[in-house]
Amino acid sequence: MANVLAFAESRGGALRKVALETVTAARALADSAGGEVHAILAGAPGIGELAAELGAVGADRVLVAEHDKWAHYDAESMSATVVARVREGQYRAVLFAASAQGRDLSPRVAAALGAPIGADIVSAELDGDAIRVRHPVYTGKLMATLSIRGSPVVLSVRPNAFTAAPVAKPGTVEPLAPAADPSASRAVVTEMVEGARGALDLADAPVVISGGRGLKAPDNFSLLEELAAAFGGDAAVGATRAVTDEGWRPHSDQIGQTGRLVSPDLYLAIGISGAIQHVAGMRTSRTIVAINKDKDAPIFKIADYGIVGDALEIVPVLTGAIRKVRGTG
Amino acid sequence: MKIAVCIKRAPDMEQRFKVASSGTSVDEAGLKFDMSDFDGYAVEVALQLTEKAGTGEVVGISLGPDNVQETLRKALSMGVARGIQLKADTVPVDALSIAQALSAELKGGGYDLILFGKLSLDASNGSVGPMVAQLLGLPCVTACSKLDVGDGRGTARRELEGAAEVVKFPLPAVLTIDEGIARPRYPALKGIMAAKKKPLEVKPAALGDVRVTVEAMALPAERPAGKIIGEGPEAVPELVRLLQTEAKVL
Repeated sequence: MANVLAFAESRGGALRKVALETVTAARALADSAGGEVHAILAGAPGIGELAAELGAVGADRVLVAEHDKWAHYDAESMSATVVARVREGQYRAVLFAASAQGRDLSPRVAAALGAPIGADIVSAELDGDAIRVRHPVYTGKLMATLSIRGSPVVLSVRPNAFTAAPVAKPGTVEPLAPAADPSASRAVVTEMVEGARGALDLADAPVVISGGRGLKAPDNFSLLEELAAAFGGDAAVGATRAVTDEGWRPHSDQIGQTGRLVSPDLYLAIGISGAIQHVAGMRTSRTIVAINKDKDAPIFKIADYGIVGDALEIVPVLTGAIRKVRGTG
Repeated sequence: MKIAVCIKRAPDMEQRFKVASSGTSVDEAGLKFDMSDFDGYAVEVALQLTEKAGTGEVVGISLGPDNVQETLRKALSMGVARGIQLKADTVPVDALSIAQALSAELKGGGYDLILFGKLSLDASNGSVGPMVAQLLGLPCVTACSKLDVGDGRGTARRELEGAAEVVKFPLPAVLTIDEGIARPRYPALKGIMAAKKKPLEVKPAALGDVRVTVEAMALPAERPAGKIIGEGPEAVPELVRLLQTEAKVL
Protein backbone atom coordinates (compact mmCIF):
# COMPACT_ATOMS: atom_id res chain seq x y z
CA MET A 1 0.00 0.00 0.00
CA ALA A 2 1.27 3.41 -0.88
CA ASN A 3 -0.44 6.52 0.33
CA VAL A 4 -0.36 9.95 -1.31
CA LEU A 5 -0.28 13.26 0.56
CA ALA A 6 -1.93 16.39 -0.85
CA PHE A 7 -1.43 19.93 0.45
CA ALA A 8 -4.73 21.81 0.21
CA GLU A 9 -4.09 25.45 -0.60
CA SER A 10 -6.17 28.12 1.10
CA ARG A 11 -6.11 31.89 1.18
CA GLY A 12 -7.90 34.17 3.61
CA GLY A 13 -9.64 31.23 5.27
CA ALA A 14 -11.11 29.85 2.03
CA LEU A 15 -10.01 26.88 -0.07
CA ARG A 16 -8.72 27.70 -3.51
CA LYS A 17 -10.04 25.75 -6.48
CA VAL A 18 -6.58 24.27 -7.00
CA ALA A 19 -6.86 22.63 -3.55
CA LEU A 20 -9.65 20.38 -4.83
CA GLU A 21 -7.71 19.71 -8.03
CA THR A 22 -4.63 18.71 -6.02
CA VAL A 23 -6.70 16.20 -4.04
CA THR A 24 -8.19 14.92 -7.30
CA ALA A 25 -4.74 14.35 -8.81
CA ALA A 26 -3.66 12.60 -5.59
CA ARG A 27 -6.78 10.41 -5.71
CA ALA A 28 -5.89 9.07 -9.17
CA LEU A 29 -2.32 8.25 -8.11
CA ALA A 30 -3.43 6.65 -4.84
CA ASP A 31 -6.00 4.50 -6.63
CA SER A 32 -3.38 3.08 -8.96
CA ALA A 33 -1.01 2.52 -5.99
CA GLY A 34 -3.75 0.92 -3.90
CA GLY A 35 -3.38 3.54 -1.17
CA GLU A 36 -5.16 6.36 0.59
CA VAL A 37 -5.17 10.10 0.02
CA HIS A 38 -4.33 12.21 3.04
CA ALA A 39 -4.84 15.95 2.69
CA ILE A 40 -3.19 18.59 4.88
CA LEU A 41 -5.33 21.65 5.50
CA ALA A 42 -3.30 24.33 7.27
CA GLY A 43 -4.46 27.74 8.47
CA ALA A 44 -5.81 29.84 11.30
CA PRO A 45 -8.21 28.26 13.83
CA GLY A 46 -11.51 27.52 12.07
CA ILE A 47 -9.87 26.37 8.81
CA GLY A 48 -10.94 22.84 9.75
CA GLU A 49 -14.51 23.73 8.84
CA LEU A 50 -13.44 23.38 5.20
CA ALA A 51 -12.26 19.78 5.68
CA ALA A 52 -15.49 18.24 4.39
CA GLU A 53 -14.95 19.90 0.99
CA LEU A 54 -11.69 17.97 0.64
CA GLY A 55 -13.23 14.74 1.86
CA ALA A 56 -15.97 15.12 -0.73
CA VAL A 57 -13.52 15.07 -3.67
CA GLY A 58 -11.42 12.12 -2.56
CA ALA A 59 -9.36 12.75 0.58
CA ASP A 60 -9.69 9.64 2.78
CA ARG A 61 -8.21 11.50 5.74
CA VAL A 62 -8.09 15.27 6.14
CA LEU A 63 -5.33 16.37 8.53
CA VAL A 64 -6.24 19.75 9.96
CA ALA A 65 -3.31 21.84 11.21
CA GLU A 66 -4.39 25.07 12.89
CA HIS A 67 -2.27 27.83 14.40
CA ASP A 68 -3.06 31.36 15.61
CA LYS A 69 -0.22 32.71 13.47
CA TRP A 70 -1.36 31.02 10.26
CA ALA A 71 -3.84 33.66 9.10
CA HIS A 72 -1.25 34.30 6.35
CA TYR A 73 0.83 31.75 4.49
CA ASP A 74 3.96 30.93 6.50
CA ALA A 75 6.43 29.06 4.29
CA GLU A 76 8.89 27.94 6.95
CA SER A 77 6.54 26.48 9.55
CA MET A 78 4.08 25.07 6.99
CA SER A 79 6.83 23.33 5.01
CA ALA A 80 8.25 21.91 8.26
CA THR A 81 4.79 20.56 9.12
CA VAL A 82 4.43 18.84 5.75
CA VAL A 83 7.98 17.43 5.98
CA ALA A 84 7.35 16.01 9.48
CA ARG A 85 4.15 14.35 8.30
CA VAL A 86 5.83 12.83 5.23
CA ARG A 87 8.64 11.38 7.38
CA GLU A 88 6.10 9.82 9.70
CA GLY A 89 3.64 8.64 7.05
CA GLN A 90 5.79 6.94 4.39
CA TYR A 91 4.12 8.55 1.40
CA ARG A 92 4.76 7.57 -2.22
CA ALA A 93 4.12 11.11 -3.45
CA VAL A 94 3.43 14.56 -2.02
CA LEU A 95 1.30 16.87 -4.17
CA PHE A 96 0.91 20.64 -4.21
CA ALA A 97 -0.76 23.10 -6.57
CA ALA A 98 1.55 24.70 -9.15
CA SER A 99 0.36 28.09 -7.91
CA ALA A 100 2.39 30.95 -6.44
CA GLN A 101 2.04 29.31 -3.02
CA GLY A 102 2.59 25.71 -4.13
CA ARG A 103 5.58 26.63 -6.25
CA ASP A 104 7.06 28.30 -3.16
CA LEU A 105 6.29 25.44 -0.78
CA SER A 106 6.93 22.31 -2.86
CA PRO A 107 10.67 22.86 -3.60
CA ARG A 108 11.35 23.55 0.08
CA VAL A 109 9.64 20.31 1.05
CA ALA A 110 11.44 18.37 -1.69
CA ALA A 111 14.85 19.73 -0.70
CA ALA A 112 14.23 19.04 3.01
CA LEU A 113 13.26 15.45 2.18
CA GLY A 114 15.98 14.99 -0.44
CA ALA A 115 13.15 14.11 -2.82
CA PRO A 116 13.04 14.72 -6.59
CA ILE A 117 10.43 17.18 -7.87
CA GLY A 118 8.15 17.32 -10.89
CA ALA A 119 6.75 20.83 -11.27
CA ASP A 120 3.63 22.08 -13.03
CA ILE A 121 2.45 18.65 -14.15
CA VAL A 122 -0.71 17.93 -16.15
CA SER A 123 -0.72 14.14 -15.60
CA ALA A 124 0.88 11.59 -13.30
CA GLU A 125 0.92 7.80 -13.31
CA LEU A 126 2.86 5.02 -11.65
CA ASP A 127 5.39 3.32 -13.91
CA GLY A 128 6.98 0.43 -12.02
CA ASP A 129 9.19 2.01 -9.35
CA ALA A 130 9.04 5.41 -11.07
CA ILE A 131 6.34 8.01 -11.52
CA ARG A 132 5.72 9.28 -15.04
CA VAL A 133 4.46 12.85 -15.42
CA ARG A 134 3.74 15.20 -18.30
CA HIS A 135 4.84 18.80 -17.99
CA PRO A 136 4.37 21.65 -20.52
CA VAL A 137 7.74 23.25 -21.31
CA TYR A 138 9.02 26.05 -23.57
CA THR A 139 5.94 28.15 -22.72
CA GLY A 140 3.64 25.32 -23.74
CA LYS A 141 5.15 24.92 -27.19
CA LEU A 142 6.39 21.46 -26.20
CA MET A 143 5.22 18.76 -23.84
CA ALA A 144 7.83 16.82 -21.84
CA THR A 145 7.19 13.35 -20.45
CA LEU A 146 9.41 12.87 -17.40
CA SER A 147 10.28 9.76 -15.45
CA ILE A 148 10.94 10.42 -11.76
CA ARG A 149 12.66 7.76 -9.67
CA GLY A 150 12.77 7.69 -5.88
CA SER A 151 10.22 7.78 -3.10
CA PRO A 152 8.64 10.00 -2.07
CA VAL A 153 8.33 12.17 -5.16
CA VAL A 154 7.16 15.78 -4.82
CA LEU A 155 4.81 17.07 -7.53
CA SER A 156 3.03 20.34 -8.23
CA VAL A 157 -0.18 20.19 -10.23
CA ARG A 158 -1.02 22.76 -12.93
CA PRO A 159 -4.27 24.61 -12.21
CA ASN A 160 -7.23 23.41 -14.32
CA ALA A 161 -5.40 20.26 -15.50
CA PHE A 162 -7.43 18.01 -13.18
CA THR A 163 -11.19 18.31 -12.75
CA ALA A 164 -12.43 17.74 -9.22
CA ALA A 165 -15.37 15.33 -8.97
CA PRO A 166 -17.37 14.11 -5.97
CA VAL A 167 -16.56 10.65 -4.57
CA ALA A 168 -18.97 8.19 -2.98
CA LYS A 169 -17.18 7.84 0.35
CA PRO A 170 -16.45 11.10 2.15
CA GLY A 171 -13.22 11.18 4.20
CA THR A 172 -12.58 11.44 7.93
CA VAL A 173 -11.10 14.47 9.70
CA GLU A 174 -8.38 14.53 12.35
CA PRO A 175 -6.08 17.17 13.86
CA LEU A 176 -2.41 17.52 12.95
CA ALA A 177 -0.03 19.41 15.22
CA PRO A 178 2.09 22.11 13.50
CA ALA A 179 5.68 20.81 13.55
CA ALA A 180 7.29 24.24 13.88
CA ASP A 181 6.46 27.46 15.68
CA PRO A 182 5.61 30.24 13.18
CA SER A 183 7.05 32.75 15.68
CA ALA A 184 10.46 31.32 14.80
CA SER A 185 10.02 31.87 11.05
CA ARG A 186 12.52 34.32 9.59
CA ALA A 187 10.73 35.41 6.38
CA VAL A 188 7.25 36.50 7.44
CA VAL A 189 4.19 37.73 5.54
CA THR A 190 3.17 40.98 7.23
CA GLU A 191 0.40 42.06 4.89
CA MET A 192 -1.87 40.77 2.11
CA VAL A 193 -2.54 43.11 -0.79
CA GLU A 194 -5.80 41.94 -2.36
CA GLY A 195 -6.63 42.46 -6.00
CA ALA A 196 -9.87 44.07 -7.07
CA ARG A 197 -12.40 43.26 -4.37
CA GLY A 198 -14.65 40.38 -5.14
CA ALA A 199 -13.15 39.91 -8.58
CA LEU A 200 -12.64 36.34 -9.67
CA ASP A 201 -9.00 35.56 -10.38
CA LEU A 202 -8.09 34.77 -13.99
CA ALA A 203 -6.67 31.38 -12.99
CA ASP A 204 -9.86 30.35 -11.19
CA ALA A 205 -12.45 31.68 -13.63
CA PRO A 206 -14.36 29.14 -15.75
CA VAL A 207 -14.82 31.87 -18.37
CA VAL A 208 -12.06 34.28 -19.41
CA ILE A 209 -12.78 37.23 -21.68
CA SER A 210 -9.67 38.86 -23.11
CA GLY A 211 -9.29 42.04 -25.07
CA GLY A 212 -6.61 43.16 -27.50
CA ARG A 213 -5.84 46.21 -29.57
CA GLY A 214 -8.97 45.57 -31.62
CA LEU A 215 -10.93 47.20 -28.80
CA LYS A 216 -9.35 50.47 -29.98
CA ALA A 217 -9.47 52.36 -26.66
CA PRO A 218 -9.18 51.59 -22.93
CA ASP A 219 -12.75 52.73 -22.28
CA ASN A 220 -14.07 49.99 -24.52
CA PHE A 221 -13.01 47.38 -21.98
CA SER A 222 -16.24 48.31 -20.20
CA LEU A 223 -17.96 46.23 -22.93
CA LEU A 224 -15.94 43.21 -21.77
CA GLU A 225 -16.74 43.94 -18.12
CA GLU A 226 -20.45 43.94 -19.03
CA LEU A 227 -20.07 40.66 -20.90
CA ALA A 228 -18.26 39.20 -17.87
CA ALA A 229 -21.10 40.36 -15.62
CA ALA A 230 -23.58 38.60 -17.90
CA PHE A 231 -21.88 35.31 -16.95
CA GLY A 232 -23.04 35.96 -13.38
CA GLY A 233 -19.74 35.94 -11.50
CA ASP A 234 -18.18 33.10 -13.51
CA ALA A 235 -16.00 35.28 -15.73
CA ALA A 236 -12.81 37.33 -15.41
CA VAL A 237 -11.38 39.86 -17.86
CA GLY A 238 -7.82 39.58 -19.21
CA ALA A 239 -5.77 41.38 -21.82
CA THR A 240 -2.91 40.98 -24.29
CA ARG A 241 0.58 42.27 -23.69
CA ALA A 242 0.04 45.03 -26.27
CA VAL A 243 -2.84 46.31 -24.17
CA THR A 244 -1.05 46.14 -20.81
CA ASP A 245 2.08 47.71 -22.31
CA GLU A 246 -0.12 50.62 -23.44
CA GLY A 247 -1.35 50.95 -19.87
CA TRP A 248 -4.98 50.28 -20.90
CA ARG A 249 -5.17 47.48 -18.33
CA PRO A 250 -3.01 46.54 -15.29
CA HIS A 251 0.08 44.46 -15.95
CA SER A 252 -1.30 41.69 -13.71
CA ASP A 253 -4.12 41.11 -16.28
CA GLN A 254 -1.72 40.15 -19.05
CA ILE A 255 -2.29 36.66 -20.45
CA GLY A 256 0.65 35.23 -22.35
CA GLN A 257 4.03 33.66 -22.14
CA THR A 258 5.47 36.26 -19.76
CA GLY A 259 2.13 36.86 -18.04
CA ARG A 260 -0.59 34.63 -16.71
CA LEU A 261 -1.32 31.13 -17.97
CA VAL A 262 -5.03 30.36 -18.08
CA SER A 263 -6.97 27.28 -19.08
CA PRO A 264 -10.67 28.04 -18.61
CA ASP A 265 -13.67 26.13 -19.95
CA LEU A 266 -14.44 29.03 -22.27
CA TYR A 267 -11.97 31.63 -23.57
CA LEU A 268 -13.29 34.59 -25.54
CA ALA A 269 -10.56 36.40 -27.53
CA ILE A 270 -11.94 39.79 -28.48
CA GLY A 271 -10.01 41.95 -30.94
CA ILE A 272 -6.93 39.76 -30.49
CA SER A 273 -4.79 38.82 -33.50
CA GLY A 274 -3.29 35.72 -31.86
CA ALA A 275 0.43 36.45 -31.56
CA ILE A 276 2.54 33.52 -30.28
CA GLN A 277 3.24 35.48 -27.09
CA HIS A 278 -0.49 35.59 -26.28
CA VAL A 279 -1.44 32.10 -27.47
CA ALA A 280 1.18 30.56 -25.14
CA GLY A 281 -0.93 31.78 -22.23
CA MET A 282 -4.32 30.41 -23.33
CA ARG A 283 -3.92 27.62 -25.87
CA THR A 284 -4.99 24.89 -23.42
CA SER A 285 -8.41 26.49 -22.87
CA ARG A 286 -11.20 23.98 -23.43
CA THR A 287 -13.24 26.04 -25.91
CA ILE A 288 -11.90 29.14 -27.65
CA VAL A 289 -14.04 31.77 -29.34
CA ALA A 290 -12.46 34.53 -31.43
CA ILE A 291 -14.00 37.78 -32.58
CA ASN A 292 -11.78 39.76 -34.94
CA LYS A 293 -12.29 41.99 -37.96
CA ASP A 294 -9.44 40.37 -39.92
CA LYS A 295 -10.57 36.96 -41.21
CA ASP A 296 -6.90 35.97 -41.74
CA ALA A 297 -5.89 36.68 -38.12
CA PRO A 298 -3.93 33.72 -36.66
CA ILE A 299 -6.32 33.52 -33.68
CA PHE A 300 -8.91 31.88 -35.99
CA LYS A 301 -6.50 28.95 -36.53
CA ILE A 302 -6.69 27.95 -32.87
CA ALA A 303 -10.25 29.10 -32.13
CA ASP A 304 -13.08 26.55 -32.11
CA TYR A 305 -15.58 29.20 -33.21
CA GLY A 306 -14.96 32.52 -34.87
CA ILE A 307 -16.94 35.57 -35.85
CA VAL A 308 -15.46 38.06 -38.31
CA GLY A 309 -16.38 41.64 -37.61
CA ASP A 310 -16.05 44.68 -35.40
CA ALA A 311 -15.82 43.64 -31.74
CA LEU A 312 -17.46 46.88 -30.64
CA GLU A 313 -20.62 45.93 -32.58
CA ILE A 314 -20.64 42.23 -31.78
CA VAL A 315 -19.86 42.20 -28.04
CA PRO A 316 -23.00 44.10 -26.90
CA VAL A 317 -25.19 41.68 -28.89
CA LEU A 318 -23.34 38.72 -27.36
CA THR A 319 -23.78 40.22 -23.89
CA GLY A 320 -27.53 40.41 -24.47
CA ALA A 321 -27.67 36.80 -25.62
CA ILE A 322 -25.63 35.51 -22.66
CA ARG A 323 -27.87 37.44 -20.23
CA LYS A 324 -30.83 35.62 -21.70
CA VAL A 325 -29.20 32.20 -21.43
CA ARG A 326 -27.84 32.78 -17.93
CA GLY A 327 -30.85 34.66 -16.64
CA THR A 328 -28.66 37.56 -15.55
CA GLY A 329 -30.50 40.26 -17.47
CA MET B 1 27.02 43.83 0.18
CA LYS B 2 28.00 40.60 -1.54
CA ILE B 3 25.42 39.16 -3.92
CA ALA B 4 25.40 35.97 -5.97
CA VAL B 5 23.13 35.73 -9.02
CA CYS B 6 22.48 32.28 -10.43
CA ILE B 7 22.06 32.56 -14.18
CA LYS B 8 20.72 30.12 -16.73
CA ARG B 9 21.39 30.05 -20.46
CA ALA B 10 18.06 29.58 -22.24
CA PRO B 11 16.70 29.90 -25.76
CA ASP B 12 14.81 33.00 -26.78
CA MET B 13 11.15 31.94 -26.54
CA GLU B 14 9.97 33.79 -29.67
CA GLN B 15 11.35 30.97 -31.82
CA ARG B 16 9.93 27.85 -33.38
CA PHE B 17 11.11 24.75 -31.54
CA LYS B 18 11.72 21.33 -33.01
CA VAL B 19 12.22 18.05 -31.22
CA ALA B 20 15.72 16.60 -31.69
CA SER B 21 16.10 13.21 -33.42
CA SER B 22 16.64 11.61 -29.99
CA GLY B 23 13.00 12.45 -29.23
CA THR B 24 13.94 13.59 -25.73
CA SER B 25 15.22 17.12 -26.19
CA VAL B 26 14.90 20.27 -28.24
CA ASP B 27 16.92 20.53 -31.45
CA GLU B 28 19.27 23.40 -30.59
CA ALA B 29 20.58 23.85 -34.14
CA GLY B 30 20.01 27.40 -35.27
CA LEU B 31 18.36 28.49 -32.01
CA LYS B 32 19.30 31.82 -30.48
CA PHE B 33 20.23 31.66 -26.80
CA ASP B 34 20.50 34.36 -24.18
CA MET B 35 20.31 34.85 -20.44
CA SER B 36 16.96 33.45 -19.21
CA ASP B 37 14.40 36.31 -19.06
CA PHE B 38 13.82 36.43 -15.33
CA ASP B 39 17.56 36.04 -14.59
CA GLY B 40 18.11 39.33 -16.41
CA TYR B 41 15.89 41.02 -13.83
CA ALA B 42 17.83 39.31 -11.04
CA VAL B 43 21.16 40.62 -12.40
CA GLU B 44 19.71 44.13 -12.66
CA VAL B 45 18.40 44.02 -9.08
CA ALA B 46 21.80 42.85 -7.80
CA LEU B 47 23.62 45.64 -9.64
CA GLN B 48 21.21 48.30 -8.38
CA LEU B 49 21.51 47.10 -4.78
CA THR B 50 25.33 47.27 -4.79
CA GLU B 51 25.27 50.61 -6.61
CA LYS B 52 22.91 52.00 -3.99
CA ALA B 53 25.01 50.60 -1.16
CA GLY B 54 28.08 52.14 -2.81
CA THR B 55 30.04 49.01 -2.01
CA GLY B 56 29.89 45.32 -2.64
CA GLU B 57 30.40 42.68 -5.25
CA VAL B 58 28.04 40.82 -7.60
CA VAL B 59 29.10 37.31 -8.61
CA GLY B 60 27.41 35.50 -11.50
CA ILE B 61 27.17 31.71 -11.32
CA SER B 62 26.03 29.44 -14.13
CA LEU B 63 25.89 25.67 -14.36
CA GLY B 64 26.41 23.87 -17.64
CA PRO B 65 28.79 23.19 -20.52
CA ASP B 66 31.18 25.82 -21.88
CA ASN B 67 28.45 27.63 -23.80
CA VAL B 68 27.25 29.15 -20.49
CA GLN B 69 30.45 31.24 -20.51
CA GLU B 70 28.84 33.42 -23.18
CA THR B 71 25.87 33.98 -20.85
CA LEU B 72 28.18 34.78 -17.96
CA ARG B 73 30.12 37.25 -20.16
CA LYS B 74 26.87 39.05 -20.84
CA ALA B 75 26.31 39.39 -17.09
CA LEU B 76 29.89 40.65 -16.73
CA SER B 77 29.26 43.20 -19.48
CA MET B 78 26.21 44.46 -17.56
CA GLY B 79 28.44 45.11 -14.55
CA VAL B 80 28.75 41.82 -12.64
CA ALA B 81 32.28 41.65 -11.15
CA ARG B 82 33.20 38.04 -11.82
CA GLY B 83 31.77 34.78 -13.05
CA ILE B 84 31.85 31.17 -11.96
CA GLN B 85 31.01 28.33 -14.33
CA LEU B 86 30.03 25.10 -12.62
CA LYS B 87 31.00 22.83 -15.44
CA ALA B 88 28.70 19.96 -16.39
CA ASP B 89 28.27 18.17 -19.73
CA THR B 90 24.56 18.88 -19.69
CA VAL B 91 22.09 20.67 -17.45
CA PRO B 92 19.95 17.96 -15.84
CA VAL B 93 16.15 18.34 -15.62
CA ASP B 94 16.43 17.28 -11.97
CA ALA B 95 16.10 20.55 -9.99
CA LEU B 96 17.42 19.03 -6.74
CA SER B 97 20.57 17.81 -8.46
CA ILE B 98 21.24 21.36 -9.71
CA ALA B 99 20.37 22.89 -6.35
CA GLN B 100 22.86 20.58 -4.64
CA ALA B 101 25.66 21.66 -7.00
CA LEU B 102 24.85 25.36 -6.56
CA SER B 103 24.59 25.02 -2.77
CA ALA B 104 28.00 23.38 -2.60
CA GLU B 105 29.46 26.42 -4.38
CA LEU B 106 27.43 29.06 -2.50
CA LYS B 107 27.99 27.62 0.97
CA GLY B 108 30.61 29.54 2.85
CA GLY B 109 30.72 32.20 0.12
CA GLY B 110 29.67 34.90 2.57
CA TYR B 111 26.82 36.15 0.37
CA ASP B 112 24.28 38.57 1.84
CA LEU B 113 21.84 37.75 -0.94
CA ILE B 114 21.53 34.90 -3.42
CA LEU B 115 19.27 35.81 -6.34
CA PHE B 116 17.54 33.70 -8.98
CA GLY B 117 15.03 34.47 -11.72
CA LYS B 118 11.52 33.34 -10.75
CA LEU B 119 11.77 30.53 -13.27
CA SER B 120 13.23 29.77 -16.67
CA LEU B 121 10.69 29.62 -19.47
CA ASP B 122 12.30 26.57 -21.12
CA ALA B 123 12.14 24.08 -18.22
CA SER B 124 9.40 26.10 -16.48
CA ASN B 125 10.30 24.53 -13.16
CA GLY B 126 11.14 27.39 -10.79
CA SER B 127 12.30 25.04 -8.05
CA VAL B 128 16.06 25.53 -7.82
CA GLY B 129 15.98 28.85 -5.90
CA PRO B 130 13.84 27.74 -2.95
CA MET B 131 15.66 24.38 -2.91
CA VAL B 132 19.01 26.15 -2.50
CA ALA B 133 17.53 28.19 0.35
CA GLN B 134 16.35 25.03 2.07
CA LEU B 135 19.68 23.24 1.58
CA LEU B 136 21.62 26.24 2.95
CA GLY B 137 19.13 26.87 5.76
CA LEU B 138 18.42 30.42 4.58
CA PRO B 139 15.14 32.38 4.53
CA CYS B 140 13.62 32.65 1.07
CA VAL B 141 11.09 34.84 -0.73
CA THR B 142 9.95 33.77 -4.22
CA ALA B 143 8.51 35.88 -7.07
CA CYS B 144 9.62 39.27 -5.69
CA SER B 145 8.20 42.16 -7.71
CA LYS B 146 9.43 44.90 -5.36
CA LEU B 147 12.39 44.90 -3.05
CA ASP B 148 13.80 47.14 -0.37
CA VAL B 149 17.02 46.13 1.43
CA GLY B 150 18.91 47.91 4.20
CA ASP B 151 20.40 47.42 7.67
CA GLY B 152 20.62 43.67 7.31
CA ARG B 153 16.91 43.31 6.55
CA GLY B 154 14.64 43.39 3.56
CA THR B 155 11.03 43.83 2.53
CA ALA B 156 9.68 42.24 -0.62
CA ARG B 157 6.38 42.22 -2.45
CA ARG B 158 5.52 38.75 -3.66
CA GLU B 159 3.05 38.27 -6.51
CA LEU B 160 0.20 35.78 -6.11
CA GLU B 161 -2.77 35.06 -8.36
CA GLY B 162 -4.80 38.27 -8.20
CA ALA B 163 -3.15 39.43 -4.96
CA ALA B 164 0.24 40.03 -3.38
CA GLU B 165 1.99 39.49 -0.07
CA VAL B 166 4.39 41.83 1.71
CA VAL B 167 7.20 39.73 3.23
CA LYS B 168 9.86 40.86 5.69
CA PHE B 169 13.08 38.89 5.98
CA PRO B 170 16.58 39.08 7.52
CA LEU B 171 19.81 38.79 5.50
CA PRO B 172 21.38 36.57 4.38
CA ALA B 173 18.50 35.36 2.22
CA VAL B 174 17.60 33.72 -1.09
CA LEU B 175 15.23 35.64 -3.38
CA THR B 176 13.67 34.76 -6.72
CA ILE B 177 12.86 37.75 -8.92
CA ASP B 178 9.70 38.36 -10.94
CA GLU B 179 9.51 40.58 -14.01
CA GLY B 180 8.64 44.23 -13.71
CA ILE B 181 10.93 44.88 -10.73
CA ALA B 182 13.62 46.64 -12.80
CA ARG B 183 14.35 46.80 -16.51
CA PRO B 184 17.59 44.93 -17.26
CA ARG B 185 20.23 47.32 -18.61
CA TYR B 186 21.76 46.84 -22.03
CA PRO B 187 25.51 46.27 -21.88
CA ALA B 188 27.36 49.37 -23.05
CA LEU B 189 30.34 48.98 -25.39
CA LYS B 190 32.64 49.91 -22.51
CA GLY B 191 31.06 47.16 -20.41
CA ILE B 192 31.47 44.64 -23.20
CA MET B 193 35.17 45.48 -23.52
CA ALA B 194 35.67 45.35 -19.75
CA ALA B 195 33.86 42.01 -19.50
CA LYS B 196 36.54 40.33 -21.60
CA LYS B 197 39.10 41.01 -18.88
CA LYS B 198 36.94 40.11 -15.89
CA PRO B 199 37.70 36.82 -14.10
CA LEU B 200 35.66 33.76 -15.07
CA GLU B 201 36.50 30.76 -12.97
CA VAL B 202 35.64 27.22 -14.13
CA LYS B 203 34.99 24.50 -11.57
CA PRO B 204 33.41 21.05 -11.83
CA ALA B 205 29.71 20.99 -10.84
CA ALA B 206 29.07 18.73 -7.84
CA LEU B 207 25.72 17.56 -9.20
CA GLY B 208 23.58 15.38 -6.99
CA ASP B 209 21.98 12.13 -8.14
CA VAL B 210 19.90 12.65 -11.26
CA ARG B 211 16.54 10.92 -10.75
CA VAL B 212 14.38 12.96 -13.13
CA THR B 213 14.89 12.16 -16.81
CA VAL B 214 13.10 13.09 -20.03
CA GLU B 215 11.36 10.09 -21.60
CA ALA B 216 9.90 12.03 -24.48
CA MET B 217 9.58 15.55 -25.82
CA ALA B 218 6.76 16.22 -28.22
CA LEU B 219 4.73 18.95 -29.83
CA PRO B 220 1.46 19.27 -27.96
CA ALA B 221 -1.64 17.96 -29.72
CA GLU B 222 -2.78 20.46 -32.34
CA ARG B 223 -6.14 22.02 -31.73
CA PRO B 224 -8.57 20.74 -34.36
CA ALA B 225 -9.30 23.43 -36.94
CA GLY B 226 -12.19 25.58 -35.86
CA LYS B 227 -14.82 27.22 -37.96
CA ILE B 228 -15.77 30.76 -38.74
CA ILE B 229 -19.49 30.91 -38.04
CA GLY B 230 -20.25 34.14 -39.80
CA GLU B 231 -19.80 37.87 -39.94
CA GLY B 232 -20.98 40.64 -37.67
CA PRO B 233 -23.61 40.65 -34.90
CA GLU B 234 -25.94 38.42 -36.99
CA ALA B 235 -23.64 35.46 -36.21
CA VAL B 236 -24.16 35.74 -32.42
CA PRO B 237 -27.29 33.51 -32.12
CA GLU B 238 -25.51 30.68 -33.97
CA LEU B 239 -22.44 31.09 -31.71
CA VAL B 240 -24.57 30.86 -28.58
CA ARG B 241 -26.37 27.79 -29.97
CA LEU B 242 -23.04 26.03 -30.67
CA LEU B 243 -21.66 26.93 -27.25
CA GLN B 244 -24.78 25.42 -25.68
CA THR B 245 -25.31 22.30 -27.77
CA GLU B 246 -21.89 21.40 -29.21
CA ALA B 247 -19.25 22.78 -26.81
CA LYS B 248 -21.64 22.53 -23.84
CA VAL B 249 -19.94 25.37 -21.98
CA LEU B 250 -22.91 27.62 -21.34
